[in-house]
Amino acid sequence: MAKEMKPNEIIQSINYTPPAKPWMELPVEIKPGMFCWGAKAKSLNILGLPNARDWNPSHEDWKLPENWKDTVLEGMADRLKKYRSFKLFMDICVRCGACADKCHFFLGSGDPKNMPVLRAELMRSVYRRYFTTPGKLLGKLGGARDLDINVLKEWWYYFFQCTECRRCSVFCPYGIDTAEITIMGREMLNLLGLNIEWIAGPASACYMKGNHLGLEPHTIKSNVEFMLDDIETVTGIKIDPPFNKKGADILFVTPSGDLFADPGTYTCMGYLMLFHELGLNYTWSTYASEGGNFGFFTSNETAKRLNYKIYAEAKRLGVKWILGGECGHMWRVLNQYMDTWNGPADFLEVPRSPITGTVFENAKGTKMVHIAEFTADLIRHGKLKLDPSRNDDLVVTYHDSCNTARGMGILEEPRYIIRNICNNFYEMPEDTIREKTFCCGSGSGLNAGEDMDLRMKGGLARANAVRYVQQRYGVNMLANICAIDRAALTTSMNYWCPGVGVTGVHEMVANALVMKGEKPRETNLRGEPLPAKGGEGNV
Amino acid sequence: MSAFVSFAAVVALVLLAILGVKGAGLTGLFGVAIPYAALAIFIVGFLARIVKWGRVPVPFRIPTTCGQQKSLPWIKQNKIENPSGTLGVLARMFLEVFFFRSLFRNLKGELREGPKIAYGSDKWLWMAGLAFHWTFLIILIRHLRFFIFNVPPAVGLVERLDSFLQIGAPLLYITDVVFLAAVLFLLIRRFYIPQVKYISLAADYFPLFLILGIGCSGVLMRYFLKVNVVGVKNLTMGLATFNPVVPQGLGTIFYVHLFLISVLFAYFPFSKLMHSGGVFLSPTRNLSNNSRIVRHINPWNYPVHVHTYEEYENDFREKMKAAGIPVEKE
Repeated sequence: MAKEMKPNEIIQSINYTPPAKPWMELPVEIKPGMFCWGAKAKSLNILGLPNARDWNPSHEDWKLPENWKDTVLEGMADRLKKYRSFKLFMDICVRCGACADKCHFFLGSGDPKNMPVLRAELMRSVYRRYFTTPGKLLGKLGGARDLDINVLKEWWYYFFQCTECRRCSVFCPYGIDTAEITIMGREMLNLLGLNIEWIAGPASACYMKGNHLGLEPHTIKSNVEFMLDDIETVTGIKIDPPFNKKGADILFVTPSGDLFADPGTYTCMGYLMLFHELGLNYTWSTYASEGGNFGFFTSNETAKRLNYKIYAEAKRLGVKWILGGECGHMWRVLNQYMDTWNGPADFLEVPRSPITGTVFENAKGTKMVHIAEFTADLIRHGKLKLDPSRNDDLVVTYHDSCNTARGMGILEEPRYIIRNICNNFYEMPEDTIREKTFCCGSGSGLNAGEDMDLRMKGGLARANAVRYVQQRYGVNMLANICAIDRAALTTSMNYWCPGVGVTGVHEMVANALVMKGEKPRETNLRGEPLPAKGGEGNV
Repeated sequence: MSAFVSFAAVVALVLLAILGVKGAGLTGLFGVAIPYAALAIFIVGFLARIVKWGRVPVPFRIPTTCGQQKSLPWIKQNKIENPSGTLGVLARMFLEVFFFRSLFRNLKGELREGPKIAYGSDKWLWMAGLAFHWTFLIILIRHLRFFIFNVPPAVGLVERLDSFLQIGAPLLYITDVVFLAAVLFLLIRRFYIPQVKYISLAADYFPLFLILGIGCSGVLMRYFLKVNVVGVKNLTMGLATFNPVVPQGLGTIFYVHLFLISVLFAYFPFSKLMHSGGVFLSPTRNLSNNSRIVRHINPWNYPVHVHTYEEYENDFREKMKAAGIPVEKE
């Protein structure tokens, strides 16, 4: 393992001016710290994916099947017939360059192949060579090139340096979405077993055990019980949440990251406390114990196979509707894919909040409501007793997750909640939030340990905007509604702007939530003393 | 290199027209046959391309949402940037096609001391793009006078507005100036901005040089070399009425202009210029974000292998029972 780069080393390495040599003549260099380990045979075998073997991306030999080139080209032909987005985005780019400096990986690395347009050209060049007449005739002059092993390695390297965040597609005059191209690129790479273990491992665990972390049912329960003990220590209230309960009204699904590590666990405690306080007739499921979907970073088919469990479990338990926790790509999948894959959810009812009576018309097809929609509605109807001053030690800014912003548009709900649960909230600059939000740098399954240089380079743009509000307003807490954010931004904040913590919105909700029969709270969920009431400490 | 090749190709095309007309006297070929062939290629090629794209399914509803979703009734939805219905999509597409909405957002990111990344508004590309496309359209409309015997009043109005500065004789059209300036800007930025230079292909330079050639030959013809306009109209009316005639003494520059236009038409369906048709089909822009309300159907959705609850319980039944988690089979 190479030594990880220091912040000033990354800054000094950035040069936005491309090299003199044309990109087609620059062979790919698989740099340590910039890639993730190759998928293991074990993980691919569980999912039944092709060419399962142990391999090392830094070795010369990737152990590919003899006819790998045909496999890729057939895979490309097949997908060109199935996805209009793919076909169209191969054809209509005019290379205006508007997307170039919109990518967090380009901004943080200066690598020209991280410009969205060039990332796509890596594939377009092959598409032209094999699927278009001008490309066949003109060759290199027509922007076409042969598919060889170096090109394949270049694809692998750069399609696993894209977090499918879609920021470029906001600025593209034709809406060309690099995520679509990366998704297709990864599909083709997966035909050759060229996934990364950080994706294939969680995906196979999710397939067999119901969640990415591979938590078995009894472990899920015991993890939650640990949190319940902590909740009791803080609030004096003992909670007994139901698991796999038939006849519950609502199935609750959240990313498993919330069950496992700080600060996600505090968000999870927030859910538990909120549902308890409401007296909600709901259930957790150990089978559908994953909201996220690392299959989505593998292939359409894998994604669908993992997503299947949510509706299947809702049906088995006989719930009326489904409530989903805070997660980014989970909600892109639930919003744009789930019903198409595994619907129609005609065995469920149109979601209706049992507390406020609000009918969630915007989810009447999928029957799945986002917890921020649910909680915003509760607050709007005055159903929660909140004491925002308990969060007075926090100066908060809010990070829109790529997927919830650009693949859904849930922008105001979390902001409404935050304004009601804390007194100090400052937005980052306009060009870095909402639809123009920056990726944490570690999305789409790239939040491993071995690619830390890549993640910190990719995280620079987001952190840079956080540091602006840190210096200007003294922001010390970065709120978000995404499990990968909670893990990835914690690392990136420590790296780029020490002193800024990371929290899920529902952790702050729970800290502000005045519960029936609670003891006077002395600490927040993290066990830190609450800010002094009304005194000087109250900003 | 690719810029040079593109430039040389356009020069070669100009020479070809000059040699063909002046040298070989092939006025019939350059005045009638090639324009007809080019137009046929354009129409058939353009439609074929659209049909080809249109026949590829849109398996998933993947709009890029650029504003607040439709949610609770008291939260204001951004109905254009995040449409949930057809009207919103139409508005979004209208702004995209006519005003390049997405490009209007353009920003420039810069690494400054601090270190910090700073963003500045960067509307130059948007302005030049808009100027180029709109003036191109107006110039096309003005050219209708060559293809309709009695010039429609609307075309006359466009001409009068376009020349209201009343400079020179014949009157200077504002769009001619803006058009050439915009093309030059779009061309120069390909050399001047390092990233754009790095990504540019021959397919990017060639149409710009070609269009520049069309613009220059047109301007030369109107303002400087003053071709025989009556003769030109005889030829173009002949083309428009499928009754081609080739008048004498039209001037070589006219044939150069016409030939370059023919090349542009014939080249169009095979090039990136098809973005003009493609933008209408872009799934990130022309779909509403209503997939939680209405099920979007994927025509090739197929059954997949899944890990059922039954299999899961078989794997973990004893552990579940020990942990007090309910099971289906005791």
